[in-house]
Amino acid sequence: MLIQIILLIFIIYAVLKVALRYKDKVISLQEFVVWTIFWFMVGFVVILPETTSLVANFVGVGRGVDLVIYISILILFYLSFRILVRLDKIEKDVTKVVRKIALSKGEKEKDEQS
Amino acid sequence: MLNERIWVIIPAYNEQDNIFGVIKSLQEQTANIIVVNDASTDRTQEIVESLGVYLINHLVNRGQGAALQTGTEFAFKKGARIIVHFDADGQMQVEDIYRVTAPLLNQEAEIVFGSRFLDNKSKIPWTKKYLILKPAIWFNWFFTGIKLSDAHNGFRALSRKAAKNIKIEQDGMAHATEIIDQVRTNDLAYTEVPVEIVYVQYGQRFFSGFKILWDLVLSKIIRK
Repeated sequence: MLIQIILLIFIIYAVLKVALRYKDKVISLQEFVVWTIFWFMVGFVVILPETTSLVANFVGVGRGVDLVIYISILILFYLSFRILVRLDKIEKDVTKVVRKIALSKGEKEKDEQS
Repeated sequence: MLNERIWVIIPAYNEQDNIFGVIKSLQEQTANIIVVNDASTDRTQEIVESLGVYLINHLVNRGQGAALQTGTEFAFKKGARIIVHFDADGQMQVEDIYRVTAPLLNQEAEIVFGSRFLDNKSKIPWTKKYLILKPAIWFNWFFTGIKLSDAHNGFRALSRKAAKNIKIEQDGMAHATEIIDQVRTNDLAYTEVPVEIVYVQYGQRFFSGFKILWDLVLSKIIRK
């Protein structure tokens, strides 16, 4: 089907990008392996979508696609939460730095004035 | 004149219209004034510099909670024994600083909260009072376990002990609830006094309450 071809092209592109990132040392070997396996699994499901139905029936979900969507949503929620936590930490860290700078300047200026 | 152990902290963000008047009236009572300029983009910094009070500048905007914490740390370096939180928008009355610090000077409490609801002097817009402030009081009670007559009043006075124990980590407006929460966890003696707030503008916008709610819920879920 056309969608399979489109998705496979995208997957090949994604794997190439991951390989390039590893070559440029932007990501680690571990990340490279994880992402490559991930894309291969996606590719597998794209080529043989019936496999999702097998798994789905096994766990009690009607359609393979539904199962993929349920899992994807769970993963996305989890990732979003992780991002929020990270963001919160970054904001607090920025405040720490801004405060340090503000206070050290504040001390200096007053000393120069007096 | 105010007791020389008292330091007034004014967090300011884009208050070029009000800051001059606020500082001028404060200077009649004390020289211990610290303005924390939270990266204002208007002429606030210029104006404050011309007045010769202590000025701390945040490089980028962090929020009122963060500004108060910064100001508090600077005040400690100056040897402050009592710290007063005072708004830059001209809505608070300088004379009320005496009311708010009295219980501290008499050692009746470690932290004093100003309240608009203990007397009827403040004329509060109807919608604000019943749709926002009253629910906020219940919410604060639920969240912190402490029921104040005025949940979200920026007028506070803290003893050195209270100011040292309360670490404001909520950079934004949720710091108000956070402070009350830490009063409970640190078991600090607190009290409320009536203060007069003069409304020229509405104050915070209606939906900022939801942001505060979000920040507080998140802070409880995310452990440090």
